[in-house]
Parts: sequence; structure tokens; C-alpha cells
Amino acid sequence: MSEMLRVENLNTYFDTRKGLVKAVDGISFSIDKGEILGIVGESGAGKSITGFSLINLIDSPGEIVAGHIFFDDRDLVQLSEDELSKIRGGEISMIFQDPQMSLNPVITIGKQLIETVTYHNPETSKQAAYKKAVEMLELVGMPAPEKRMASYPHQLSGGMKQRVVIAMALINSPQLLIADEPTTALDVTIQAQILFLMKKLTKEFGSSLILITHDIAVVAQMCDKIAVMYAGRIVEYGSNKDVLYNPKHPYTKGLIQCLPKLNEEKDRLYQIPGVMPSLLHLPEGCYFSDRCPYADDECNVYPETKTIEGRLVSCHKVKQIS
Amino acid sequence: MSQSQADILKIENVEKIFEIKVSSFKSKNLYALNKITLEVERGKTISVVGESGCGKTTLGKVVSGLYQAEKGTIVFHDQDIAQKKPQQRGLLQKDIQMIFQDPYSSLNPRKKVRDILEQPLKIHTKLNKEERMATIEKTCADVGIDLGYLSRYPHQFSGGQRQRIAIARAIILNPELVIADEPISALDVSIQAQVLNLMMDLQEKLNLTYLFITHDISVVKHLSDYVAVMYLGEIVEYGTKEQIFSNPQHPYTKMLFLAVPDIDNPILSEKVLETGEIPSPIDLPDGCYFAGRCPLKDADCEKEHPPLVDKGNQYKVRCIKV
Repeated sequence: MSEMLRVENLNTYFDTRKGLVKAVDGISFSIDKGEILGIVGESGAGKSITGFSLINLIDSPGEIVAGHIFFDDRDLVQLSEDELSKIRGGEISMIFQDPQMSLNPVITIGKQLIETVTYHNPETSKQAAYKKAVEMLELVGMPAPEKRMASYPHQLSGGMKQRVVIAMALINSPQLLIADEPTTALDVTIQAQILFLMKKLTKEFGSSLILITHDIAVVAQMCDKIAVMYAGRIVEYGSNKDVLYNPKHPYTKGLIQCLPKLNEEKDRLYQIPGVMPSLLHLPEGCYFSDRCPYADDECNVYPETKTIEGRLVSCHKVKQIS
Repeated sequence: MSQSQADILKIENVEKIFEIKVSSFKSKNLYALNKITLEVERGKTISVVGESGCGKTTLGKVVSGLYQAEKGTIVFHDQDIAQKKPQQRGLLQKDIQMIFQDPYSSLNPRKKVRDILEQPLKIHTKLNKEERMATIEKTCADVGIDLGYLSRYPHQFSGGQRQRIAIARAIILNPELVIADEPISALDVSIQAQVLNLMMDLQEKLNLTYLFITHDISVVKHLSDYVAVMYLGEIVEYGTKEQIFSNPQHPYTKMLFLAVPDIDNPILSEKVLETGEIPSPIDLPDGCYFAGRCPLKDADCEKEHPPLVDKGNQYKVRCIKV
């Protein structure tokens, strides 16, 4: 498969009054055509900022200070705002957590969908755009799509709104879709439907998908590749199978162990002690060392990223963990 | 007004009705709780599970006194508290405490941790200042709050720590029943395990009874003794954890289980699209409320509303197809 997006040493910093926050600190990953990449981590790990950085939606005081995002032979970091706005919603689109916030409350969903088409393809006729919008609504499982075109967002349930958002994101057949916690606000039954639709439609459209979530079980269902983020850095990055069933980083391992499971009885859950350090006061060495059961003096230096059994991992203690 | 020794709480035919304005002149009744009957055994954990809008939070609020029921009885210590406001409940109120979902909004931002914890003691006990401080210190040790933090304000803590403060506030009066409404869903995954473990330790130590309200089925499996599945204001299935998880009978329970993502259990198939959405709780049909989404539905289901049938061994189910 061919490479669709390659991120090299991306750094997004926020120069706040309290100090410099390295929200994304030198991360690299790539995604092939048609592939689904999951970015998992706790809140504050930098996973959303990574998603925003890809289409340069970083507000002041944030800034991409270094790195490259290669997409279609272009470096997105170098593009002007005009060029970027053509890409956003066209070749790359994004789905956010709260569908209520992504839709305009005073415009019908039909009009919003049509606008998305005509903005990126000005030559498309109104009728063609309308037809396409109805087709998309049907694809995402909206009952009575023609009738729904005239609805306002508040007339739809949360799950239905998220379907509209997905329809809008996919309507221009983007090459890359970035979904930031797309199902966190939804019930489990709706979550399963939305995830299934996203997986199915991205495969049908041949799009790649970056799924950003805190829920490792969701990632397990969806993704081909997984990047685990901690305090602004990727600590483990590899195929779904390698990372989930044979984790090499103690944080990944802890995250998987601390989940209650349906097919397993445990008296007590494994717990990772402590909390993620503040990005303003990061420890000297490995950022995870304070919470790590394997940490010793060696961990006072941030570990280099090594390739171990097919995945990239940043940990001194990999040998002890396996 | 009697209850068996083993049961701490006996809820019988409780109804909570909200009036919803449908136009300027007309309002309709929304049955948030529709003849709920439930017995809560002392020292055990009973979980109430269902999708948003099923009435599970309302049930917790009625038991805790934040709402008053319109009909039915809730017997606690041989007294009916269903229609009593907290002030009318007198000393009974201190034996029922609540932990809320969002530790960011459930703690007063202008009060120090010490004051937050002292308030319930001031209201409900005759302890003097030293005794109150001693109680606070003991409770802090129980839940793992550093005593040095007592003079801090809530915003100085992380989500997990705040939830510990909220738990400390709930247990400081030595209550018998603790209602926990989604206590971990606002927390990061690595913190969820810490809080769940803490709650289970406290239950053992203080002989607490939990009414655990959640949508997270893996968590229910982990900590419950009994499980009540709710749908549109009604209990549709009730039983011990083993009964519900090893052999769910109600089609709604089965549907919920089918949608739970788990690392080892792929759920995403065409099947999830059949699950539909929870309908509006206003103007419910005469027959089974679940019929519209049910794969087993036939004409009989729409004729009559199915009763909750006691199948013996504490197991109850509301479905004519079982």
C-alpha cells in the first residue's frame, strides 16, 4: 500500500504565561492509503492537539514550531491559510466529539451538506449537490433522508447528529479523515453503529482514518495501527496486534490491564499509580518513570525510541517487560 | 412499613412524572420512572444500567431525596421516604449519600477541601472542632487524600483526586447507602481503575451498600452483586450478576451486551446497525416499549404491555417472548 500521510518530528508548543507547554513533542508516524490509525492516551497526552496540528487548526498561543506533515507531496506545515482551507473539508476532513458544536444550529442540515460540496467543487450544480447530500445521509443510516434535509440540528438526537457530521466529513470523498473522540458522547448501542459505519465507509471510499480516543477497547475494534501517547510523546507505535496483545511499554501494558473485561473475573483491577505529570513540570528522565513499576536510575534519562519486535517503543526496560 | 432484615432499601411501585410542555397550552407527561420495584440488600452492590434517558439517574435522585416521587413507596429504616424532601427525612438523610459523575461541578470551587468535608459534620453531628478534624483526617486516610492538601481548593486537584474528595464527603458521615451516579465516567482510564478499587475497598471496610448507576457494562460486571437493566423508565430485567451476564434473557439486555467494545471481543458487524435508537419517552405505545427495536417482536408484543415476571431465584424479566 502507498503512503498517504507522513508526519516527521512534529512539535506543537504553547507558549503560556506559566511556561512553555510542549503539547506535542517530536512525534512521527505515517498512515497508508485505506489504513486506520488509532491514537490513544489520557486527557492532556496531546492526542487532540496532534489531530488539530495535522490541518493546522492550532490557535495562539499554540504554534507548530518544527516538523513536517507530508501529504500528497506537499508539506502541510508550509502551506498558507488559503491553501489549507481548500484542503480542510475536501481532501482532509475532521469529526469532533460533540456533534452539537460541529453543526450550525440555525441552518438546516441539508444546506450545510450542500455548502460543503459546493465550497470545494464550485462547478457542481445545486441539484447535483442536493442529490449527493441525500445519498450521503442514506449511506450513514439516516431514516427518511430527504425529509431530514430540511431539519435543523436540534431536531435530531445525538446519534443522528453525529451521523450528519460523518456524512458531511465524507461527502467530498476525503483521502484522510481525522476523528477526535467521535463516539465518546454517545450511548454504547449508538457508538457501535457509528464505529461500524465509519469503518465501513472509509473502506468503501478508500479513505484513511485517524481515530483519536481514550478508549482502548474502541481502538481494538477499529484500528490497523496504534500509537500510544503519553505527555506529548508517542511511547509505543505499531500494529494493532503487536501493541494490544503483546505490549512492550509499561504504560500500554497498564492501560490494557486496568480495564475491566467482560469475559474475565478479577477481584481487583490492576491500577497505574499516580497521575500523568503536568506538561509544565515534566520529570527529568522518562515521563512515565514516577508511575512505572520497573523504573530505576537508568530511567533518569529519556529513553531512545527503539524498534522491538516490529513496533517502536520508548522504554529502557523492554527486556524486563517481555 | 416493614422490610426484611437483609434489605436496606425497599422501593415499591415508584413513579416519577415530569410535565413536558409541548406547546403554549398543552403539556404531556413523561414517565421518567414507571412503577419501579427494587430491593437493595445490605452490604451489596446493585447496579442500574441502561442508555441515556432510561431513568437511571432519576432513580438515584429520588432515593437520595433530590427529587420526590409522585407515587409509590421507598422504605428505609421502616419509614417511607419516597415523597419526603431531604429536610423532612431528618436523620435518615445522613445515611444516604451520593457521589456524582462530574467532580468538576460537584465540589464548591470557593471552598477549601477541609470546609467541603467539614460541612456535613457540622450539619449532621454534634462533634466539636477537634473531633471534626479527627474525623476528617481519618476519612482522608481512608480515601487517600494527603492531609497537606486540606487547605487547597478543588481547582488545584486532578479529576481523580477530586473524585476522591467527593467520595470522602460521601462517606464521612458513615452512611449505610451510597448512590454513585456514573462516578468514573468523567475520569481517565488509568484513574478509573484507581477509583473503582478505592470504592470496593471502602465497601468492605465500612460495610457500605452501593446503588451504582452507570452505562458502562464492563464496570457493572466487575463490581455488582445484582443488576437491574432499565429501559424507558422501567426495569426490563433484574437478577444476580451471574444470571444477567451468563444468561441474559431480555432482548434489550442482549442488544446492550452486543454493543460493548472489548479488546478480545470484536463487535463491529452488520448486526449492530439493527439496534436502532431509544425512542422519545413521551407518548409511549400501549404494548411493549422495546417492540420498535426488538428482533423478536410480533403482533402480540404491541397488544399489551408486558409485566415484570418473577421467575424465581430473584430473577425477573419483562418480555413475553422469554
